[in-house]
Amino acid sequence: MKRQANVRIKTLKIDGIDVGAREGETILELARENGIHIPTLCHLDGVSDWGGCRLCLIEIKGSNRLVPACMAQAEEGMEVFTKTPRLVTYRKMILDLLLSERNHVCAVCVSNGHCDLQSMAQELGNTHVGLPYLNPSLPVDATHPYFIMDHNRCILCQRCVRVCREIEGAQTKGAMGRGIEVRIIHDLNEPWGQSLTCTSCGKCVQVCPTGALLQRGKAVGEMVKRRDFLPYLQMMRED
Amino acid sequence: MHERFDEITQKELADNRAAQHVVKVCVAAGCLSSQSAEVKTALEQGVNGRSCKVKGVGCLGLCSEGPLVAIEKHLPDGSSQNIMYQNVTPEDAPAIMESLDKEPVARLLCPTDVPFFQRQQKIVLENSGEIDPERIEEYIAADGYRALITAVTEMAPFEVIEQITRSGLRGRGGGGYPTGLKWVTVAKAPGPDKFVICNADEGDPGAFMDRAVLESDPHRVLEGMAIAAYATGANEGYIYVRGEYPLAIARLKTAIRQAQRMGLLGSNIAGTTFSFNINIRLGAGAFVCGEETALIASIEGRRGQPRPRPPYPAEYGLWGKPTLINNVETFANVPTIIRKGGDWYASIGTAKSKGTKVFALAGSIVNTGLIEVPMGTSLRDIVYEIGGGLPNGGVCKAVQTGGPSGGCIPASYFDTPVDYESLKELGSIMGSGGMIVMDESASMVDVARFFMEFCMTESCGKCVPCRVGTVHMYNILSKIYQGEGTPRDVELLEKLCDMVSVTSLCGLGQSAPNPVVSTLRYFRHEYDELIAGANGSQTAVAPTTEVAS
Amino acid sequence: MFPNEKIDPPSDDKRWRIVQATMRRNGFARHSLIETLHTVQESFGFLDEDSLRYVSRSLRVPLSAVYGVSTFYHLFSLKPAGKHTCVMCTGTACYIKGIPKLLEQIKEEHDISPGQTTADGELSLLTARCVGSCGLAPVGVFDGEVVGKLTPELLAARLQLWRNGNHA
Repeated sequence: MKRQANVRIKTLKIDGIDVGAREGETILELARENGIHIPTLCHLDGVSDWGGCRLCLIEIKGSNRLVPACMAQAEEGMEVFTKTPRLVTYRKMILDLLLSERNHVCAVCVSNGHCDLQSMAQELGNTHVGLPYLNPSLPVDATHPYFIMDHNRCILCQRCVRVCREIEGAQTKGAMGRGIEVRIIHDLNEPWGQSLTCTSCGKCVQVCPTGALLQRGKAVGEMVKRRDFLPYLQMMRED
Repeated sequence: MHERFDEITQKELADNRAAQHVVKVCVAAGCLSSQSAEVKTALEQGVNGRSCKVKGVGCLGLCSEGPLVAIEKHLPDGSSQNIMYQNVTPEDAPAIMESLDKEPVARLLCPTDVPFFQRQQKIVLENSGEIDPERIEEYIAADGYRALITAVTEMAPFEVIEQITRSGLRGRGGGGYPTGLKWVTVAKAPGPDKFVICNADEGDPGAFMDRAVLESDPHRVLEGMAIAAYATGANEGYIYVRGEYPLAIARLKTAIRQAQRMGLLGSNIAGTTFSFNINIRLGAGAFVCGEETALIASIEGRRGQPRPRPPYPAEYGLWGKPTLINNVETFANVPTIIRKGGDWYASIGTAKSKGTKVFALAGSIVNTGLIEVPMGTSLRDIVYEIGGGLPNGGVCKAVQTGGPSGGCIPASYFDTPVDYESLKELGSIMGSGGMIVMDESASMVDVARFFMEFCMTESCGKCVPCRVGTVHMYNILSKIYQGEGTPRDVELLEKLCDMVSVTSLCGLGQSAPNPVVSTLRYFRHEYDELIAGANGSQTAVAPTTEVAS
Repeated sequence: MFPNEKIDPPSDDKRWRIVQATMRRNGFARHSLIETLHTVQESFGFLDEDSLRYVSRSLRVPLSAVYGVSTFYHLFSLKPAGKHTCVMCTGTACYIKGIPKLLEQIKEEHDISPGQTTADGELSLLTARCVGSCGLAPVGVFDGEVVGKLTPELLAARLQLWRNGNHA
């Protein structure tokens, strides 16, 4: 973050706490600075925001619409609420949707115990999924020499796509199809191991919130992601 | 410029009057698919030295009875007499030509003194069925491009916007956002580069108004866009048109070329410093691209996925520049408003919804086709008067408006005047203007399921509620429709409806539950009956499965 | 890297010239991807891997983005279509007026569902989200020709004509 000399500070309230924001700062950044936790799965410090997971939705006084905290900019005089009963209910349902969408079986997952989706379920208190599982049959791509992509565990947060495009610059990863059929792909939907553009840098694996992207050879619960590398990379790069 | 237009007009009028009969054959898509091109050829071959001019024109409205042929007979006293033929085949051509100076061919006559024709008030469709859409001269002779010339030579941009604001025109694409306000926002946005986009990605199943306008009177849309560009300070425009409309695309291309040649598009329009160019971009079959930000993504050559607003396209639009997006019908209203004044336009319609609206009537109704009526006309008038009621004396159960974002309005509410607010109150929306009439045989649960299937497959997949929520809702609706539903399913369905509409990213997801909500509101008994019929399986509930943790 | 690199089309098929013309008209700008894919689809009937790679390289759009766009929009097809295509409209008016039954009929008579092609490669069945001829519902498009007020008999006759063309 570049700090300018003459920034106009905006004052607003988040959950009743007075906070000051820089020009252009998002509610999510501001909340974090002030120790207010807002759940999110698709936001990732260091890459652009996507606004797709809808977990960080917040209420703003005077507006009927819920907005994603990751993309809402702080404005003077705003009154923001991040934990109203309504929001809590919706978040739990959204998480249910995610859990029912693919085949998330924690007991046999390499990320068991280190998974953002699992932690989110614990945080929001989703002990049961109140919706029927969709049980899609999805492939596992194990063609890459170092990494594996298991579509069964993917939540389509697009962190891998963004880090591949914005940080590594390879643009190997992308998304195909639409609606419930969206899948993460490599190049022209080719086996990962055959990709000529992939640099095998592994950034996508490290930023993946679940066990969808993993290193080869990891057993249940062994895949611990290095979450700190991206902020470091960003900090050390010149603007 | 006006003088040149006068010349063209005089010449056109003289040409027109020189022939004793003008035979107008509808060559819009509806009639073309029932062989109107062949009818036109046969009629042309039948001219045989008669004082008669055969020309192709845009949509005459009554698509179900096509091909339609209108004949204008010039009487010696200077007045003219009009008759219309329906269901004309190429074989009928000789009989029609023979009858020109005699009595009309009775078996083909289409009565025009009926409410379908009499009750309409045409602004957007005023030239539809009158002029040849492929000749700019005819559009000019019908007062076309005068508004543009007046605007750029005699009015300041803010004066143009003021007329639009006074007219009370609201977005005809569905939302009903005040057009004047949108224009002001773009006009005030800083920066030299701005864009005007015409949304012609008419995706609502059951809506074909925009298609008819583009096929019947493409210049009207170009003129509207050019006026908007002048008012907002834009120099480049895009028309984003559905790839499924090849005829509309072809006519637009022709129209743009003609307008450029006449100096009505391009650099220094009418000798002023104002320049404006229009490009065509083809949609490729994605309903979500009707959403502003998704449409912009598509023009930029990307996947048509929306992004959260704000910032609105008026500030941050195409390539990050201030962008005005209006739909076809909105732009088509503009030239007339500038020509006749905002106050004139505001005198039509209701307190909050001004002007006229084009509706596409379809489904179980006698007169299917296009109509244009003042805002505030009741559904009863539209269905029973103008639409001619249901075939075989059928009983109307409901009218679906607004497509997949709208709802079903039961017959008991038919006296409601049709405007943005009252439709919203009834749980539906104006939408782009599709109206599907349903008779007693239609299952409302099936209708809800049909629209949910639509939303499910048209969801872009970006946000979770729409991507996954629509699938669950569709599955539940299918389950209920197949007689396997439980009361718990309806509860869950209601919860999902609320959640998806509140938490989805864009308009598609936010409005996806509307057809379900409105059928639950008015036809709950149909859901209940299907569930009661589900032979005692009430105990089964959606499986709750434990998350391993 | 190679701004002036000359990219050769995958083959000397003359249709590539039409594709090149589209790209040139748009100054090889990245945002002309969809326009270019439209031209490829029109010229070749579908988008094959070679054409996607060629377009990707010519417009400097990453392969993943080209594939993402090709699969996002319904009008693009990655598989060759049959000799004849039948597009059934599934808009609201057509749905209410009996398209589902007609689709079942096609399934029974020709054993194909929407998106599929018959084994002999003669007939592809597609569905469209409203072709905008609701006044004539139910509507089908047979090799580009819009046919309204479809009946089971009319449909059977149209399709049989194509299938017979093969057996005759």
